[in-house]
Amino acid sequence: MSKLKAKAFALRQDVLDMIKHSGSGHIGGDFSVMDILVELYFQQMNVSPENRDDPNRDLFVLSKGHAVESYYAVLAAKGFFPVEEVVENFSVFGSPFIGHPNNKLPGIEMNSGSLGHGLPVCIGMALACRMDNRSNRIYTVMGDGELAEGSVWEAFMAGGHYHLANLCAVIDRNGLQISGTTEEVMAQENLAERIRAFHWNVINVADGNDIAELDAAFEAAKTVQDRPTCIIAHTVKGYAGGEIMEGKAAWHHKVPTDTEYEQISAELRRRKEAAENE
Amino acid sequence: MNKVPNRQAICDVLLESARGDKNIVVLCSDSRGSASMTPFFEAYPERSIEVGIAEQNLISISAGMAKCGKKPFAFSPASFLSTRSYEQAKIDVAYSNTNVKLIGISGGISYGALGMSHHSAQDIAVMSALPNMRVYLPSDRFQTAKLISALLEDTKPAYVRVGRNAVEDIYGEADCPFTMDKATVLSDGGDAAIIACGEMVRPALEAADQLRQHGIYATVLDMYCVKPLDSEAVIKAAEAAKLVVTVEEHAPFGGLGSMVSQVVGANCPRKVINMALPDSPVITGTSKEVFSYYGLDAEGIAKTIMENLGWQAM
Ligand SMILES: Cc1ncc(C[n+]2csc(CCOP(=O)(O)OP(=O)(O)O)c2C)c(N)n1
Ligand SMILES: [Mg+2]
Repeated sequence: MSKLKAKAFALRQDVLDMIKHSGSGHIGGDFSVMDILVELYFQQMNVSPENRDDPNRDLFVLSKGHAVESYYAVLAAKGFFPVEEVVENFSVFGSPFIGHPNNKLPGIEMNSGSLGHGLPVCIGMALACRMDNRSNRIYTVMGDGELAEGSVWEAFMAGGHYHLANLCAVIDRNGLQISGTTEEVMAQENLAERIRAFHWNVINVADGNDIAELDAAFEAAKTVQDRPTCIIAHTVKGYAGGEIMEGKAAWHHKVPTDTEYEQISAELRRRKEAAENE
Repeated sequence: MNKVPNRQAICDVLLESARGDKNIVVLCSDSRGSASMTPFFEAYPERSIEVGIAEQNLISISAGMAKCGKKPFAFSPASFLSTRSYEQAKIDVAYSNTNVKLIGISGGISYGALGMSHHSAQDIAVMSALPNMRVYLPSDRFQTAKLISALLEDTKPAYVRVGRNAVEDIYGEADCPFTMDKATVLSDGGDAAIIACGEMVRPALEAADQLRQHGIYATVLDMYCVKPLDSEAVIKAAEAAKLVVTVEEHAPFGGLGSMVSQVVGANCPRKVINMALPDSPVITGTSKEVFSYYGLDAEGIAKTIMENLGWQAM
């Protein structure tokens, strides 16, 4: 577990390099979601470059597609493509590594970027896989600001209605979006109760940047037989970026200056070493 | 080089007009920063509505407010505004005939490397297909300001697309000829007629300059009013020319090129070349890189015209 923790900090450095090199990217949401992606790809899902065409592989859709830099870092660590290639080419002219997930790249199932599509698409995947008696699981990660899209709630309704126990949705509950806090922009309080009312199993993860807590939640989700699970992961936007960045809406898509780059790198290194020594 | 993007020109007009007109309201969908509307939200918090990331809601709420006497301006990235909330635009705005002004920001391929989810290369086509919806793509900040002032004077639906970055001025503060729904003639010439809108007006104008050096004379029309299209100006320019070229930051179907072709075909048949983005996701890059790759720059336009007039390319 401490190895995975360290990996999540190391992969954040890849993200930082992509963003610094290209001068673009969504660092705040990248850093808040990284631990969720690492847990999914290294503990939960049976996906790898070898089984990428296996119909029984687990399926994942990054609904908050703007966190693509973290997604690239994790897919690269899984061996789908070399990370150097991503850092070098992210967002540059003619590159396949664009600023949102694109399924021309290996390992990516669905294109996203416009918020509010991931959960509805996953309902379709879960229905189809269940029809074919597949044993795989379907996962998606949404932002909390994203929850203002009506399509998300149409999908919550359908997931409960069809008892899609093979489906697990994660909400990266960092409390921030572009224009400020989610509570100022469009309040999302009582989130767990709201989703439960749609007949979902809801698990609150108090520290959504703690891989051990996330692991327990995903394991618990698998034991529920009659309904889909939604994991509300209470994260910190910009997590592990240090004081300058953590919990600050302005870092939604800020590109660090040279000094900030050094500060953030140092913070990531410090945390990675601490995790390794745990 | 001008640093004021067209979106900021919109904010300036609305800030100014809102002083005397308390019915002007602004709605955003977690988009006030990219819309340059933060100053309006700060100056008039009680007339600013934040709906969160919910573009469908944005348009329907605007329609409801318009029905009750408000003059809503709804701002969201053009990609989401035009396709995510298309039915809301169709039913609640165009069909119910509500006084909603839809402002599509970061239009066309402004978002560059963010990919097709963030590009609006279909907005002219879909919005123009709605009865009662007008479609405008102003070319610079001065024309944008004039357009918004004119739109404040009427009570009909409209869709306006502006880009993300500042663009070079076409006009001047005191020198911006503008008649509502009439194209602006930027240059006169009998060899070719170049009809452009939005950010493509600048390269069209520069292409005409380049061509002049080769003794080729082109009319250039700034067709900011894509719908209602200024057919009279199209016919006049086409009749005087051997070749018509349209240039737009849009998919090749259903946009300015399609509309101009219809008018020319029916009234004064000429060869019409439609210069547009391809029928595929555009290549990754900045606007400048992408435009140049697809020949949507001064060189590309001039080359197309020379070749089609039977000249050796430069
Ligand atoms: C349909 C749609 N509307 C608007 C946007 C622009 N946008 C990109 S990220 C974002 C904020 C997302 O906030 P949240 O869902 O909380 O994500 P996170 O905090 O995890 O970055 C917005 C409005 C979009 N990508 N898609
Ligand atoms: Mg958030």
